[in-house]
Amino acid sequence: MKILVAVKRVIDYNVQVRVKEDGSGVVTDNVKMSTNPPDDNAIEEAVKIKEAGKATEIVSVTVGEEKAQETVRKALAVGADRGIHVKVDGIVEPLAVSKILQKIADKEKPDLIFMGKQAIDDDCNQTGQMLAALLNWPQATFVSKIEVKDKSLEITREVDEGLETLETNIPAIVTCDLRLNEPRYASLPNIMKAKKKPIEQINASDLGVDTKPRIEQIKVEEPPKRKTGIKVASVAELVEKLKNEAKVI
Amino acid sequence: MSALLIAEHDNKEVKPFTLNAITAASQIDQDLHVLVIGKNVDAVSKSISEVPNVKKVIQIDNEIYENFLAENFAPVIVKEAENYSHIVCSANTFGKNLMPRVAALLDISQVSDIIKVISADTFLRPIYAGNAFATVKSNDSKKCITIRPTSFDPAPTTGGSAEIVKAESGEATVLNKFIKREEIKSDRPELGTARIVISGGRGMGSGENFKLITEIADKLNAAIGASRAAVDAGYITNDHQVGQTGKVVVPDLYIAVGISGAIQHLAGMKESKVIVAINKDGEAPIFSVADYGLEADLFEALPQFLEELNKLNTIQK
Repeated sequence: MKILVAVKRVIDYNVQVRVKEDGSGVVTDNVKMSTNPPDDNAIEEAVKIKEAGKATEIVSVTVGEEKAQETVRKALAVGADRGIHVKVDGIVEPLAVSKILQKIADKEKPDLIFMGKQAIDDDCNQTGQMLAALLNWPQATFVSKIEVKDKSLEITREVDEGLETLETNIPAIVTCDLRLNEPRYASLPNIMKAKKKPIEQINASDLGVDTKPRIEQIKVEEPPKRKTGIKVASVAELVEKLKNEAKVI
Repeated sequence: MSALLIAEHDNKEVKPFTLNAITAASQIDQDLHVLVIGKNVDAVSKSISEVPNVKKVIQIDNEIYENFLAENFAPVIVKEAENYSHIVCSANTFGKNLMPRVAALLDISQVSDIIKVISADTFLRPIYAGNAFATVKSNDSKKCITIRPTSFDPAPTTGGSAEIVKAESGEATVLNKFIKREEIKSDRPELGTARIVISGGRGMGSGENFKLITEIADKLNAAIGASRAAVDAGYITNDHQVGQTGKVVVPDLYIAVGISGAIQHLAGMKESKVIVAINKDGEAPIFSVADYGLEADLFEALPQFLEELNKLNTIQK
């Protein structure tokens, strides 16, 4: 079984994002970038499945500018066998990413495609579902548990009401929740070894996918600021304020 | 052209957030139709037909829709979408799972999780866990939109009498099979719509200690929330998680206990009207969004809080 894992390079989750003064976007110069956190869970799960002897190859793919390759390199250090970097500059909307991944899937013919359930930059939560639609594959979204069976997966999804269990045919798309597993750190020897693993570079334009955005970003602004609060000295004062000042209890 | 809203329901009743989505969708286009897909959903259609903003209800009834599988829903929505300019759904796990599958089949770049309708093609949406707001304009001729339900008021539920028409169902796919849903039933108000939410974080130390929170929730008729750290640690089930990848809540009062206030948690609660933070670390980021901060050991503060609340006799259940 072959697993394709899609990863995205985003502003690190610990960075306090700042909006550019001209309203054209957020500041990314000299800002720490990392792999989108649930994409790390996607890689980890693929590696675990391979370690359990149920997968033979893991291919990690990313779509983005030159430096996006770093995320694939990290996936290789954690256990992916080879990488694919589809180069494209500027904003690439989930629809375009899913069309690119469809082309990659047509070529690679994976049995499973894993990715994070949501990217923490644009918070769109679309790519996996869109790719599943384009491939006409089943989609297992927001997944916190995977059991690999003979020709199917039994997966547990995190939904608003609680948990849902589905049996999904293979091939399938799985979008991963942060609770799926605990991503490992790459060891130094594995980071060194990853440098020798191949990353194939492809230009998005060579795949025949139109990546022109369909959604115009008119402006990006800071959200309204909350007014500064106060510290209270005691529980009694807190309750008094909630009752008489805020009038919420 | 008109807008088509996909209703969320449990085959018996309409889910409350569908009413918020109706408000948003009718701001996009007043000629709003609602699509009810499910199994034996006459009662759901009937109740939606009574919402004054709704002009027409389209019902697609078949046992293959019992468990809301996106693989079965998407093709019939695509078919119905032909006559509409906007396809709309709320951005909870139901809509997040479904809408992109529909959008891709229609070759539409979806606009996710809008918090404001600026015009029929321009919307405001939070990005970067709500640390920035983007104004975006969709240039697709048809639009697929998910709305953040807590950013819109629920529509009134009585006074309307929209016609209900039945439409043909599609084929079942064999792509996947529903096995079970483990819903956590509770008598408490729902987290998404509660007037008061009290949440615990890693600082609670154990699942058992959450009883300190439960007691206060009982007293205030509040819903119980949690940070991701508390859910990951197994203190409480995932349906309680508030944050960027959990639920977004906008209660009148949000009480954060033992929660440090990571960006990802703030994304789910910082629009609350009044925020209280109880934390023993005075430097915790949660205090930056709190209207009232109490620097204290929660194991002392919570019992005192309950005691003070018991002294008040004005709290309405």
